[in-house]
Amino acid sequence: MKTVKISIIGFGYVGAGVAEVIRRKREDIAHKYGMEIKIVGIADLGGIFIDESGLDEAELLKLKTGEKKWERQDNMTTLDLIRDVEHDVMVETTPTNVITGEPGLTHIVTALESGRHVVTSNKGPLALEYSHLVNLAAKQNTELKFEASVGGAMPIISLVRSNLAGNGVLSIQGILNGTCNYILTRMAEEGLPYEHVLKEAQELGLAEADPSKDVEGVDTAVKLVILANAVFGMNATYKDVEMAGITNITSDALQLAEEAGYVIKLIGEVNMEGGLKVRPRLVPKHDPLNVSGTLNVATIKTDLAGDITVIGKGAGPIEAASAILADIISIYS
Amino acid sequence: MKISMDIELKDIPGQLVLALEPVSGLGGNILSVLHQRDKKTPAGRIPVELVIEIEEKRLERLVEQLEERGVSVVRTGEVSLRESMVVLLIGHIVHSDLGETIDSIDRTGFAEIVGLSLSMPGVDKESSALVTLSALGTKELDEALKILKRTASKKNITIIPPI
Repeated sequence: MKTVKISIIGFGYVGAGVAEVIRRKREDIAHKYGMEIKIVGIADLGGIFIDESGLDEAELLKLKTGEKKWERQDNMTTLDLIRDVEHDVMVETTPTNVITGEPGLTHIVTALESGRHVVTSNKGPLALEYSHLVNLAAKQNTELKFEASVGGAMPIISLVRSNLAGNGVLSIQGILNGTCNYILTRMAEEGLPYEHVLKEAQELGLAEADPSKDVEGVDTAVKLVILANAVFGMNATYKDVEMAGITNITSDALQLAEEAGYVIKLIGEVNMEGGLKVRPRLVPKHDPLNVSGTLNVATIKTDLAGDITVIGKGAGPIEAASAILADIISIYS
Repeated sequence: MKISMDIELKDIPGQLVLALEPVSGLGGNILSVLHQRDKKTPAGRIPVELVIEIEEKRLERLVEQLEERGVSVVRTGEVSLRESMVVLLIGHIVHSDLGETIDSIDRTGFAEIVGLSLSMPGVDKESSALVTLSALGTKELDEALKILKRTASKKNITIIPPI
């Protein structure tokens, strides 16, 4: 049995989701992959827990219900944990910052420099410093994996790299933000105005109090940059994306589109000519890209396999943790 | 009548002017010239696609004059708009002179607005329009969409193209 020691930096919904799936899947992973994943350290704004023989996931999850209180162990900082506690993989799940990439960027750099593999769902560092991070990982002979950063549970990056290996990818088009898709779907189906549906999405916890990152296309743009770099080998940053959001879409416009056999979706598109665009587009009702609710979808156009479309849940702690778990396992198989 | 014409030029300077002169000489109007310098025929000539407006009875004279000048005319035919797409516009479309927007596309000669449905919820509210564009081919259709985008951005209209 191989033991893989990991740290989880950022114990929010996604970080806790990772602890939860490791708890749930312990026996499966041991049986199928001959591997035991031990969480030896977690860090969040509130504090740090370290145990080199492995923390108990059920105990850690009590931090989320308030049954257990955060504390700072051994006077260590997060960076001390990453650098000095012996482990194999750092899982980085702190909130995304698209302006500075911090604190995730420093966490990732520190982990790679300490010779640890990195698995992350954090989009900011990848959208800002992709080539720097990839080069650093290569130099250190470590792996940097980030499937969870684009489309949550939906496999795109590993799909292209493994299953579609040998294909030339011509373009990727997709819905990469569940909040926008929810808003546009509700507006179209119920004929409701934008403001009303946005408020509803906020009440359901699908949109943040400040929804600008979602509805103005920023979140989609950042994911597109990661795809451009990871799939097309570009060296793009967030500033290279031509961007328009959904705030101008009216229910009249949706109605008019519907009468002509179309829906309106916020589509991110990257192609081999180097164009990165996020904008509302007319999607024929029967096109596979027409998925409703909070679902994400991507159509990958390839030269050999033709069009491949993947649909899945783009958000949610367990869904993101599923992608993170798959990344961890893939490092060792 | 509108005619599209494929011609081939020798790869030496001055050939394009030589080919276009007879069109105006016969009272015709040049609507578009697609000069594909990077493409060559196996015989080393350069293909050019013209769209012109000319009286039907003068077309034969034009072909003769071109051939006399060493320009080979590969094909002539009435313009047919083969490619279409729908585009949705949102904004103060009617106030911003919709006619001018339509004209700017129709003037190209290679594309037209062939369908339009409007939804106007109220005088001071934003309206929506579903526009059907048709053009000679995909390249011309792209060009027409670019014109529409330019006009729309000047007039603060949101444009939603198809995937």
